Amino acid sequence: MQHTITALVENKPGVLARVAGLFARRGFNIESLAVSITEDPSVSRMTIVVGGDDAVLEQITKQLNKLIDVIKVVDYKGIPIVERELALIKVNADAGVRSEIMQIVDIFRAKIIDVSEKTFTVEVTGSVDKINAIEKLLESYGIKEVVRTGRIAMMRGAKTP
Amino acid sequence: MKITGAQALVESLRREGVEVIFGFPGGVMLPIYDCLYDCKDIRHILVRHEQGAAHAADGYARATGRVGVCFATSGPGATNLVTGIATAYMDSIPIVAITGQVRTTALGKDSFQEADITGITMPITKHNFLVKNSKDVPEVVAEAFHIARTGRPGPVLIDMPMDVSLGVIDYKPVTNVDIPSYKPNTVGHPLQIKKAAKLIASAERPVIYAGGGVISSGASPELLELSERTNILVTTTLLGKGAFPETHPNSLGMLGMHGTAYANYAVAHCDLLIAIGARFDDRVTGKLDAFAQKAKVIHIDIDPAEIGKTVHVDVPIVGDCKLVLQDLLKYVEPRQPTSWNEQVMKWKAEYPLHYGENGLLPQYVIEKIWEVTNGEAVVATGVGQHQMWAAQFYKCKYPRQFLSSGGLGTMGFGFPAGIGAKVGRPNDIVFVIDGDGSFQMTLQELIVAVENKIAVKVAILNNQYLGMVRQWQELFWNRRYAGVDIAAQPDFVKLAEAYGAVGMRIEKKEQVVDALKKSLEYDDVPVIMDFHIEREENVFPMIPAGQSIEEMMVRRPK
Repeated sequence: MQHTITALVENKPGVLARVAGLFARRGFNIESLAVSITEDPSVSRMTIVVGGDDAVLEQITKQLNKLIDVIKVVDYKGIPIVERELALIKVNADAGVRSEIMQIVDIFRAKIIDVSEKTFTVEVTGSVDKINAIEKLLESYGIKEVVRTGRIAMMRGAKTP
Repeated sequence: MKITGAQALVESLRREGVEVIFGFPGGVMLPIYDCLYDCKDIRHILVRHEQGAAHAADGYARATGRVGVCFATSGPGATNLVTGIATAYMDSIPIVAITGQVRTTALGKDSFQEADITGITMPITKHNFLVKNSKDVPEVVAEAFHIARTGRPGPVLIDMPMDVSLGVIDYKPVTNVDIPSYKPNTVGHPLQIKKAAKLIASAERPVIYAGGGVISSGASPELLELSERTNILVTTTLLGKGAFPETHPNSLGMLGMHGTAYANYAVAHCDLLIAIGARFDDRVTGKLDAFAQKAKVIHIDIDPAEIGKTVHVDVPIVGDCKLVLQDLLKYVEPRQPTSWNEQVMKWKAEYPLHYGENGLLPQYVIEKIWEVTNGEAVVATGVGQHQMWAAQFYKCKYPRQFLSSGGLGTMGFGFPAGIGAKVGRPNDIVFVIDGDGSFQMTLQELIVAVENKIAVKVAILNNQYLGMVRQWQELFWNRRYAGVDIAAQPDFVKLAEAYGAVGMRIEKKEQVVDALKKSLEYDDVPVIMDFHIEREENVFPMIPAGQSIEEMMVRRPK
């Protein structure tokens, strides 16, 4: 079962290690992690995607809440959210295939943000599925490198955690 | 006022009411030790190994309820504290450990005596600080003490780089601590408390299971009132010993792996288990699927993460045990003893703690220690068979009377913890009930007790074995005694004398009482009593690890 957990934490050195340590100690592999400051520069937000049994995740959420530097933790399970991830994909783009790739990029409402004689660098944002889909389509041209951010998420509607 | 970071540290400790520090200096601690030289309000006790400092601070905290403080230098000094810090963490004991660190400019460069102690202790502290600026010192110290003693207590470490100690700041004392991300919930939810009261009123076979949380929150008077008003019987964990007087008719003593048979039967058959400040440790529950199967569970604890961690809870109440019990008592009606009480009392009569007649047996020694001290002594233990015998046979009357490493099970804890306890409570008799294995792990602190006239009594229950491991080998490993024979050992009497302490050897039952009485005559020197007990005496009852009460051995299997 995949869980998207959001944690508001004090923007201090060592916080990431404390949070990551709680997962590592229980043998959990963090599938994705995004950290950045929030509207309040003294506070950071972590969005953590992790797979695991609900009871164990509940225990981890409680343990996270116990960390002194953690302000708030919410497991988004069962809560309607919008989720986004950003990917940069460097793909082989010889003269013969350039227009084909541009069409795919258009369909996915992605952008070509860098061009060389032999490659395009494509920027795409969206759900994990959407990024997986474009990545798959571009594979046939030869992908040289993919960089994906961790997932970020927000509750739908006016509510905040 | 312009002062250095080191001065600010010592001044902040003084303001926190610290009266004693257990420590060991080193290069990067010199600015701080130089301030201690002038500080008349704080006594520094120089240990001989930093592990002793951490355990002594821990024993001091357990015995007094105040925050224990220890100092160590960077690198090996800091890493030597680790076992002591982990011990305090597992048992939720408030200590503040202060370590020296290399200069901030030298951090992360494998400098001489550098260790990433905040990284190392992250999983074994409630919180820790690496101080980067001298001006932060007063605030960090205030926060460290606040975090250590509030909520679920625990150890906090402050790492002080040398240049932070030397830097000059404009000092202003911190009068108010406010950590927005740390607000422990102390008051129980009123609806849940009413629900609990209802469950208690309707239960036919209730049992109270009290843990260390009752002691740390000072909830013993409320617990006594609850039990006396409702006639609900009380069993405690190892750390809960003394939370409820074990001399009280409603006491069932300790439960769990080496708990009394009747406490374990009561829990196995109860229909309501009221857990107060206890955490369903595996040494208590054994096999989880078989634990208190017929019972609804009320769980009162300050730490939300403990609720539902291992056992399903019907009525969770997050809050400070004392405040929750005070609220609960508003709704709990008096209740007469029932046939359930009679049933448990029958078990109590049928399966008492017992031991044999022949030879010098450890249980006898402990009973005699109880008699000569009138059950009033503070008892510190190491870890192993002697610890369990002490838990079974030294009936505690008061909270903070029994100091033992429960969660981590740290051999070597008892003696330095006893030193810390005696320093905190100089007017009380402190007995260390130790094993020959445990004592040898931290006996270097003997000179500390002699030097500082800390008159602890040490009763070594000497079976020349690592006895608990041997017991497991006897029962589950076909009596193949690998790595447990410690017959090669020092002459403890001569050893005591070499250190300037009093040493006695006791080989016969008839000598026990006289020796114990004699030990009470010394009030300015530690006494080491070497009791040569039967080598293969075992701790019973015993529920083998991970098994259920069905597998309980009340006595040695034939």
